[in-house]
Amino acid sequence: MEHTQTKTLVSEGVFDANDALALGNRQAFDRAGTYVVNMMSSPGAGKTTLLERTLERLGDRLRLGVMEGDVQTSLDADRLERFGIPIAQVNTDPGFGAECHLDANMVRFGIPGLPLEEIDTLIIENVGNLVCPAEFKVGENSRVMVFSVTEGEDKPLKYPLMFRTVDLVLINKIDLLPHLELDLDHLLRNLDAVNPGVDRMLISARTGEGIDDWCAWLTARRLS
Amino acid sequence: MHELSIAQSVVEIARRHADGKRVVKVELRVGHLRQVVPNALAFSFELVAQGTEVEGATLDLVPVPAVGICRQCGVQSELTLFPLQCSACSGFDLQIVAGEELIVESLELEEVKIGAHAN
Repeated sequence: MEHTQTKTLVSEGVFDANDALALGNRQAFDRAGTYVVNMMSSPGAGKTTLLERTLERLGDRLRLGVMEGDVQTSLDADRLERFGIPIAQVNTDPGFGAECHLDANMVRFGIPGLPLEEIDTLIIENVGNLVCPAEFKVGENSRVMVFSVTEGEDKPLKYPLMFRTVDLVLINKIDLLPHLELDLDHLLRNLDAVNPGVDRMLISARTGEGIDDWCAWLTARRLS
Repeated sequence: MHELSIAQSVVEIARRHADGKRVVKVELRVGHLRQVVPNALAFSFELVAQGTEVEGATLDLVPVPAVGICRQCGVQSELTLFPLQCSACSGFDLQIVAGEELIVESLELEEVKIGAHAN
């Protein structure tokens, strides 16, 4: 036997397969007239609490649905159950490396569990992680990041991949500012350094401050 | 550690194009803005490739510098650090034209010619 080596041109983007599935998801959402927000953050930044406040305020005005990406539990979905809205729970694969984010394929499998025709706005709560979720489109119309002031002003510079791809940054837990050494101006400067002029709002999911602005932003974006 | 996700996808793409042949080398173009840590990617790649036709393949990373064209003054700059800024007018409004690539460019595959005589 003789071994020879041949070079094959491939020119395939690493995320092309995911992007194609994301496009399929997006078409399904568009057909149903559902606007989709991909909500991302570190673990513990306050996504689920923010969703609770959002559902309390908008429950009557906007038909909301939630898709929950969680590594293992259904704890987040359980917290939202009392609102009686459609919730799909997508537990991310226990496989190697796939547990840290939602990808388009996981969302695709979550879609049949939702009555999309009855949902104006679907919020996909991604897995808490500042890195991998940024790489994977899931079929969203916009990307919203929840950033807690306890995370420090340097994070936009450390995780530009995430901060660069988002359309809105909700700077959460501002009720804690008096207890922190965080320099808010410095944080905003760092945010502008990686995503100049990106929309941002100062909020506290705990006290309700700024939640009206966020709800107005969300309401203004419905498709139908 | 997004390198693991990237490595999984790279190995999948390589396997799909390898058509059962052994993969000797994978050439991956990596844009500067993708923030890939080469050692972490090499380690993840080795791990994910185990037990497949990609096992043992060399991962050749070809770095692609980030380049932006200023929407204000039209000057093209190489971008190395955040903030991404025009080198001529210091403006931030740039059209990124390179640096976001993450592309499996080519593969080297081992062909076995059965029946050939080795002298």
